[in-house]
Amino acid sequence: MTDLTKSGAAVGEPARTGAAPETFLEVRDLKVHFPTDDGLVKSVDGLSFQLEKGKTLGIVGESGSGKSVTSLAIMGLHRLGNRGKNVRMSGEIWLDGKELVAASPDEVRRLRGRDMAMIFQDPLSAMHPYYTVGNQIVEAYRVHNDVDKKTARKRAVELLDRVGIPEPDKRVDSYPHEFSGGMRQRAMIAMALVNNPELLIADEPTTALDVTVQAQILDLIRDLQKEFGSAVIIITHDLGVVAEIADDILVMYGGRCVERGPVDKIFYEPSHPYTWGLLGSMPRIDRAQTERLIPVKGQPPSLINVPSGCAFNPRCPYADVPKGGITRTERPELREVGSRHFTACHLSQEDRSRIWTEEIAPKL
Amino acid sequence: MSETETRAGTPAVTNDDEKPLLRVEGLVKHFPIKKGLLQRQVGAVKAVDGIDFEVRRGETLGVVGESGCGKSTMGRLITRLLEPSGGKIEFDGTDITHLNTGGMRPLRRDVQMIFQDPYGSLNPRHTIGTIVSAPFRLQGVEPEGGVKKEVQRLLELVGLSPEHFNRYPHEFSGGQRQRIGIARALALKPRMVVADEPVSALDVSIQAQVVNLMDDLQDELGLTYVIIAHDLSVVRHVSDRIAVMYLGKIVELADRNALYEAPMHPYTKALLSAVPIPDPKRRTAKSERILLKGDVPSPIAPPSGCRFHTRCWKATEICRTTEPPLIELRPGQRVACHHPENFADQAPQDTVLLTAAKEAAELVSEEVLAEAAATSEEAVEEATSEASSEETSSEGSASSDKPSSGESTDK
Repeated sequence: MTDLTKSGAAVGEPARTGAAPETFLEVRDLKVHFPTDDGLVKSVDGLSFQLEKGKTLGIVGESGSGKSVTSLAIMGLHRLGNRGKNVRMSGEIWLDGKELVAASPDEVRRLRGRDMAMIFQDPLSAMHPYYTVGNQIVEAYRVHNDVDKKTARKRAVELLDRVGIPEPDKRVDSYPHEFSGGMRQRAMIAMALVNNPELLIADEPTTALDVTVQAQILDLIRDLQKEFGSAVIIITHDLGVVAEIADDILVMYGGRCVERGPVDKIFYEPSHPYTWGLLGSMPRIDRAQTERLIPVKGQPPSLINVPSGCAFNPRCPYADVPKGGITRTERPELREVGSRHFTACHLSQEDRSRIWTEEIAPKL
Repeated sequence: MSETETRAGTPAVTNDDEKPLLRVEGLVKHFPIKKGLLQRQVGAVKAVDGIDFEVRRGETLGVVGESGCGKSTMGRLITRLLEPSGGKIEFDGTDITHLNTGGMRPLRRDVQMIFQDPYGSLNPRHTIGTIVSAPFRLQGVEPEGGVKKEVQRLLELVGLSPEHFNRYPHEFSGGQRQRIGIARALALKPRMVVADEPVSALDVSIQAQVVNLMDDLQDELGLTYVIIAHDLSVVRHVSDRIAVMYLGKIVELADRNALYEAPMHPYTKALLSAVPIPDPKRRTAKSERILLKGDVPSPIAPPSGCRFHTRCWKATEICRTTEPPLIELRPGQRVACHHPENFADQAPQDTVLLTAAKEAAELVSEEVLAEAAATSEEAVEEATSEASSEETSSEGSASSDKPSSGESTDK
């Protein structure tokens, strides 16, 4: 945690230069829109962030906030079906000096699985039921490495062993259904890591698992990150998980980033009313007090008719606080409110810190 | 929740209230596994394998455990959606274990269920009005002012608008659908509501809305809840007492605060320590965490003796051979363990660790082991010093009538 603050100087708001950035992964003004019969679904609408090697970024938000769409966009998986006719993407995604949004599908395919890999939420549907676990890992390895089957199989066994599957030389020939949920997730991590990717995206990696297994998997991801030095994006709705594993947190709402900053800032000095809402609506296992939870009122917005101005304004308890002439329909941009800490809210700094210290913090 | 706290703290006074609303004894459910042409039974999934507990009037009993521990099956047994293979279920003094559908019908008014999946539990072809009025139709109840008015009142009660009467389930979000499910469950003014993972399919902010709603309804209507969930934070928030299940058995049953502050079963302790805490500062305190090895064993052939012995870092020979009974070691805290945490060892003579325990202990930090050893030694000393004056043995039953020794070890 300590080295985090030191490296902070390198990160700031990106300039729209179009030039390769210095950070390992940089996403600039990413937009992913899906035209549908009912209208344009703006799943991601202007998202920017950076991530350095060896660091973990946690993306949190409710379902439909665009977190998974972001990860699929980085992996270039939106353009696979229907030759990308049903998705409109713009912005830039820079991975290690290469731009991915405008890159050809072939270029992205060469990177996918080798430089960037993904762990999906539901390992049973992410793995092919017809092939053995070993076969699937071998395939992922041989696509990117010119090796014979025997070497690849050895590599598969080695990785299954590394992720903690007992008797890997036997289990390599098992089918996914023969594995338990936790083992399947381990096998999928093995598959993702087979080419030593530099970027690992984990989309709700532990949501389908029990807490005891979740603890094992989070530990494993953390250890592997230390070992391979890769950058990790972890997408989750569980604030406990990000508190455990992330260096930085990005809070998404309605397809946009509402707050981004180091993990300590987000938990101890959150500055966006939505983040307050998330913290207040979470029951705490580490606190004996059982006063009422403070839920966020209302429903998440429709991504077709995103509320004008701040997408959160219909649910925001502080939408009516006067903000020096700024109207509700004006869209707040991300502003720096502290070192490496950004928030998209019209509330003035004074109002914000007053509300946080007087109204929110005592109730958490 | 402040009200429920006092409710749990002070036992009810009247005679009628002292009797639990639901009493379960030795409840068993085995699902047969059949094989071959003749469909001969070759084994059984022992989903629920002998559990005893009671649900007091007006309380919330939380049931936690990993997937496959039998908690959902338990919920379906006490609502009699499944036929028990053995044991006894008594609801308000009536034995309902083997009542047939007709016999259960009058009781369905009193016992209702809220299901996990708000998408699967509402018929997509029926309007909300039809869904919520179904209980009235089935039970032949004509509420005051007509069914429609009552349904609209219920919709309002759960925070929906009465105009939603003629809409279909697909027009609603997950949180709203869960509210519809709650309105349906409350239609007949039940006395007990069994909620199987009522909030786990919902987003955090919506989850809080539903938890608060259930809380309010309990205060308003005097409901008794059995809440089955795997999320230990939610369970801590809503429950008065909590039962921890492992492989078809209850391993610990205690008041909320006792359970979360001083868990006695090693499994409870491991389960609690595995929950990620939304506090980055606690990350450094990783030594508190107990990592369990491997997965839950199969309920088809559960381990002998204590079912947790294959993953427990304290397991000794007696754990493999003898099943520990669920006994009240401290007032309001029942535990099934030979070597409980935060308490005197129940089998101190048995000290040889099993190989499984040695492996498991490698995953447990030194501090946890040291702390465990210290607390149990301390407890033994106190127990023996008290026991010497009364000339009782320190074995099992004796310690239950010495609350003082137990409480002092909390600290």
